[in-house]
Amino acid sequence: MQIYLPIAETSVNAFTLLGVGGGVGVLSGMFGVGGGFLITPLLFFIGVPPAVAVATGVNQVVASSISGVLAHLKRKTVDLRMGMVLLTGGLIGSLIGIWFFNLMQRLGQIDLIVQLSYVIFLGIIGALMFQEALRALMRAKNPNAPRRKLHTHIWVHNLPMKMKFRTSGLYISVFPPLLVGIGVGILAAVMGVGGGFILVPAMIYLLGMPTKVVIGTSLFQVTFVAAFTTMMHAITNQSVDVMLAIFLILGGVIGAQVGTRLGVRLKAEQLRILLALLVLSVSGKIAFDLLWTPAELYSVTLPRQF
Amino acid sequence: MRALVLFLLLFAALPVRAEEVIAGLSQNRVSLTVNFEGSEILIFGAVRRESPLPEESRLDVVVAVEGPPMPAVIWRKARRAGIWVNAERQDVRAAPSFYAVAATAPLREILSPEADLTYRISTRLAIFEARGTVDVRDPAAFTEALIRIREREGLYQQRDDAVELERDTLFSTRITLPKNIVEGRYAARIFLLREGDVIDEFETFIDVRKAVLERWLYNLAFEQPVLYGLLSLALAVFFGWGAAALFRLVRN
Repeated sequence: MQIYLPIAETSVNAFTLLGVGGGVGVLSGMFGVGGGFLITPLLFFIGVPPAVAVATGVNQVVASSISGVLAHLKRKTVDLRMGMVLLTGGLIGSLIGIWFFNLMQRLGQIDLIVQLSYVIFLGIIGALMFQEALRALMRAKNPNAPRRKLHTHIWVHNLPMKMKFRTSGLYISVFPPLLVGIGVGILAAVMGVGGGFILVPAMIYLLGMPTKVVIGTSLFQVTFVAAFTTMMHAITNQSVDVMLAIFLILGGVIGAQVGTRLGVRLKAEQLRILLALLVLSVSGKIAFDLLWTPAELYSVTLPRQF
Repeated sequence: MRALVLFLLLFAALPVRAEEVIAGLSQNRVSLTVNFEGSEILIFGAVRRESPLPEESRLDVVVAVEGPPMPAVIWRKARRAGIWVNAERQDVRAAPSFYAVAATAPLREILSPEADLTYRISTRLAIFEARGTVDVRDPAAFTEALIRIREREGLYQQRDDAVELERDTLFSTRITLPKNIVEGRYAARIFLLREGDVIDEFETFIDVRKAVLERWLYNLAFEQPVLYGLLSLALAVFFGWGAAALFRLVRN
C-alpha cells in the first residue's frame, strides 16, 4: 500500500515505513537507544529527501522519548537542575544548527553536510560501541578483569561559574554541561537525532554524573530539544512531514515494546556487537556513496517557495 | 452587442479550416489522496472535416501534457578532496514539473523545427534556462541531465508511436501521471500535423489537486507553520505516550 506524503510530495510504501519505524523501534527497546541516528539514514535510502528526513526524524524522537522521560520524572531519576543547564545549551545549539542547516540548504550542500556528519558520527559511535561490547564480553567471561574508575575530576570542572547539582552530587562549572548541551543541540538540528548517543557518554565520562540519573536527565534534555528543533524546522523550512512521522511513530512504539521484551530474554553482549556492526555498516554505506563515482553526476533541486 | 455581431461576422468570414481537432479526456480532475499511486489518463478525439480527406499527405497527431512550470537548480558533482560534492550549478527559470509528449510517429520526422519553435512541443523547448549563468562548461549538458533525471522518474515522457490514429479520423492515447507529480493545472495540447506544420491545435486542462486532508496539511505547513509544528508535536506526544500507556494497560 502506497501512501502519499504531503510535504515530501511523493508516495512511499506504508509497510516499508512501518518496517523502518518498527525495526529501529525494536533496536531502541532492546538497547535503550533513541534510534534517530538509524531512522534518518534509512529514510535517505528509501528516497525521502534529506531535509524532510532530518526534520521528521527529530519529530519522531519526541514520540520515542516522551514516555521514558515521564517515567523517569515520576521515579525522580532526573537531575532537573543539570537538565535545565543542558537544555539551555541544547536550545542555543539547536538555533545554531537550524541556521547552519538553512544556510547549507540555500547553497545546495545540505545533502553532503548531513551525509558527512552521519559518516563521521556513526563511524565513531559504531567503533566505540564495538569496543565497549567486546570489553563487556571479555568481562563477562573473566570477572576478575580490572574495572574502570568512574568520576575523575579533570580541568574542565574547575572553570569559573561553579554550580551545585545536588541530585548528581556535583559541584562543577556550568560551562562543560552548557557546551555539551550546545553540541547535542547542533546535532539534533543538522542530523535529526536526539543526541543521546553523545549525551550519555558525555554525562558519564566528562561530567562525571552518577549513572542512576544519567538516562532520565538525558531523556529530559533530548525530549525538549527535539520538540524545539521540530518547531524550528517547521517554521523556518517547512520540512516536517506529519504523515511520514505518524507511520514512523506507529512502527516505532510497537517495535520498542517488542524490543524491550526481547532485550530481557536475549544476551545483551552479543547483540551489542551486532548493533555496533549495523551502525558501522550504515556509516560505511553512506561513505561509499560519497567516495564512489556516482552513476549520475547531476542532480536537481527545487528552490522552496517561502 | 454590436461588437459581438461584428465579431461573429468577422469570424464567419474567415475561411473554414479544412480539418479541425476535437478532443476529450477520461478525467479532468486528479486527486492526490493518501494512497495515490499514479493515474492514467485517456486522451481521445476526432478530426472534423468539411471537405473530403486530402490524399496527398500524411496526417499526424501529437499530444503534449504539461504540468505547472517551476524554477529548478541543476547541480553537477565533482570530486573535491576525494569526495563527490555538488560543484557547479545551472539555474532554470522555468521547467515543467511534468511533460509528456505522445505522437503517431517520431517527432523529428513529422514536426518541422520551425513549427516546434513556434508551438514549443518537444521537451527540450519546454525548458527555459536562466540567463547569466553561462560561466559553466557545456551548459547544454545540464539541461540534458534534467531531462534524463526526470525521464527516469517518469516525470518526462517522450513516446513516439503512442498515439493511435484510425482511418485518419479517430485518435486516442494514454498518458501516465506518476505518483510523484505536483499539484496544479496541467495543460493538455493536441496538435494536428501535415507536412511538418501544425494545422490545428486544441487545448484542455486537467486539475491535479491534493485531496482534502493532504491539501489542508500542506497549506497549514506553509501558511501557519507554528500551528503545524504544534500539531506535529501533539501527535508525537499523543502516539508516543499513548502507545506506552496502552501497552502498560495491556500488560496489567
